[in-house]
Amino acid sequence: MNLLSHLINGLSLGSVYAIIALGYTMVYGIAKMLNFAHGDVIMVGAYISFFAMAGGYHPLIAILLAMLVCTALGVSIEKLAYKPLRQAPSLAVLITAIGVSTILQQIALLLWGSNPKVYTSLVPNHTFSLLGGKVNVSLIAIVTISACIIIMAALTWFISRTRTGKGMRAVSEDKGAAQLMGISVDGTISVTFLIGAALAGVAGCLFCSTYTLIMPTTGAMPGIKAFTAAVFGGIGSIPGAMLGGILLGIIEILGKAYISTELSDAIVFMVLIIILLVKPSGLLGKQVQEKV
Amino acid sequence: MKKVIIMALVLLLAVTLVACTGAEPKAGGGAFKIGGTGPLTGGAAIYGNSVKQGAELAVAEINALEGIQLQLRYQDDEHNAEKAVNAYNALKDWKMQISLSSVTTTPGIATSKESFDDRMFGLTPSASSTAVTEGKDNIFQMCFADPNQGSASAQYISNNNLATKIAVIYKNDDAYSKGIYETFEITAKELALEIVSITTFTEDSQTDFSVQITDAQSKGADFIFLPMYYTPASLIFKQCDTIGYRPKFFGVDGMDGILTLEGFDIGLAEGVMLLTPFSADATDPLTKNFVTKYNEKYGEIPNQFAAGGYDSVYAIYKAILASDGDIAPTMGHAEICEKLIAIFNGNFVFDGVTGTGVSWDSNGQVSKDPKAVVIKNGEYVGM
Repeated sequence: MNLLSHLINGLSLGSVYAIIALGYTMVYGIAKMLNFAHGDVIMVGAYISFFAMAGGYHPLIAILLAMLVCTALGVSIEKLAYKPLRQAPSLAVLITAIGVSTILQQIALLLWGSNPKVYTSLVPNHTFSLLGGKVNVSLIAIVTISACIIIMAALTWFISRTRTGKGMRAVSEDKGAAQLMGISVDGTISVTFLIGAALAGVAGCLFCSTYTLIMPTTGAMPGIKAFTAAVFGGIGSIPGAMLGGILLGIIEILGKAYISTELSDAIVFMVLIIILLVKPSGLLGKQVQEKV
Repeated sequence: MKKVIIMALVLLLAVTLVACTGAEPKAGGGAFKIGGTGPLTGGAAIYGNSVKQGAELAVAEINALEGIQLQLRYQDDEHNAEKAVNAYNALKDWKMQISLSSVTTTPGIATSKESFDDRMFGLTPSASSTAVTEGKDNIFQMCFADPNQGSASAQYISNNNLATKIAVIYKNDDAYSKGIYETFEITAKELALEIVSITTFTEDSQTDFSVQITDAQSKGADFIFLPMYYTPASLIFKQCDTIGYRPKFFGVDGMDGILTLEGFDIGLAEGVMLLTPFSADATDPLTKNFVTKYNEKYGEIPNQFAAGGYDSVYAIYKAILASDGDIAPTMGHAEICEKLIAIFNGNFVFDGVTGTGVSWDSNGQVSKDPKAVVIKNGEYVGM
């Protein structure tokens, strides 16, 4: 019966990774850059909702507020740090992203101090006992998994059905051609950052509701794991990020439970290496021929 | 032209940065320079700041006596060995003469090595691993050493029949946590305590404890031993509570601080037991004076780390007094080091807030016994 508990825990952890990974994969797919500051936007989202709830606001308003601030932050990061480098070599953009990540962490350190704070869970602490008490599922795990499914469905609909979504796909395929067709590339990239950052806000709230400590470095580790998940599923692919995130969470928890608590991260990355050896573009990634 | 402007700006920035670091404490003629490193920021910041505040209070009291004068400087090491060595080197540049080593164990191992090579006397308030003092004749501990904590915990659990089936969760990449666990296990075996579940975590995986908790629960553990700092421990309490698992918890000195964690639901820590050398509700005049003054200055009740910092400074001060003018602020650190070693290894006995009649053996370990306290209604109560 432990297996079932582990699977549910893995699914819940994986759902958070998946929501974060969506932000990485969308930005990569469209702007062709790795936004390493994404993890720290999560941290900001968590802090904002923490203070909103501490100020007595309803958790839903706290999430909305976190999303709003994260969106503003994500879009301004794009405008200030990345847009001027649109024509620069990708290495310069990468270093800038790492720089932005450090800046965000240090600002958080200055504003909110180094002492960890205990995050109040978004939903009340409630546990459902299944199968005669052998399997315990917490309400927050259910909320996290449902949120992940809803976000995935909404995003798929948005990308495939709406005009902006189609624009995003077009820009991701060929920037130049999309521009010739009258799509605003800068606008599309901004929308991508906007969605990614809003998701980061949600992810921050969900992550900290499960693992209730919050400090300026909170976003770093889930950020890296989610980036791994995005690569795992095939970076640039939205269903891939989802699948990668969930698999990563499950592998991590099962590896911890049945192989070794010490080696859980090593196992995760080992699986990643094997997958990339067999399928270099990730699970659902498209094989793209490099033009010569 | 643009280049010139940029160069000028860079120059200006450099000058401002240098100017910013110029906030030296005024170099009093004939003061001993005491330095230490500790996590003043980051996840372990509460320990560093507590020790620093305790030490500052002691320095202020001693300087007010207008006898021996001390200057104290603390550098941030973020509980990171590399940064601790950099911080230690910065203190050496400041011409530190006596070191308070590091606050936490992992940095402490790194700086004590440097300290040993440099012949700089070190007295750590709280880095409790034996690796800090082992083979280094000039490094001493104010806190009890990890083996002491591990075996004392097992002894205590056995003497009081606290547990039937024990689970242990420890942090595998942390010398402090692992050190305590190892001696705990040895003593537990000797005392025939039944350990049913042993699980670990690391720095990078200290958020999700579902696996460790499920393991303990499914093996029927009614008691969890947590040799770790209080931040991961708070997550374990929370996650146990979430799935409705309520064993007894037993921590060591790193658990001290859990009650000051912002936003922490103190109810989750109700009944948690821990070992500590210091309890703020003691009634002896030394402790009373310390607690009152600390509270006046910093607006909080001191924890054992603050007490350790306070005692460390006083121990150095008393040792200098004991030298009868043989140790002077004009001496180099190596000369002071040899004289202090002779005193600490001699008949020097120290009475402080973390223990009375304290003396040191040649390994640098302190002779005092850990005491157990339990958290009741959000306060530490002696057991």
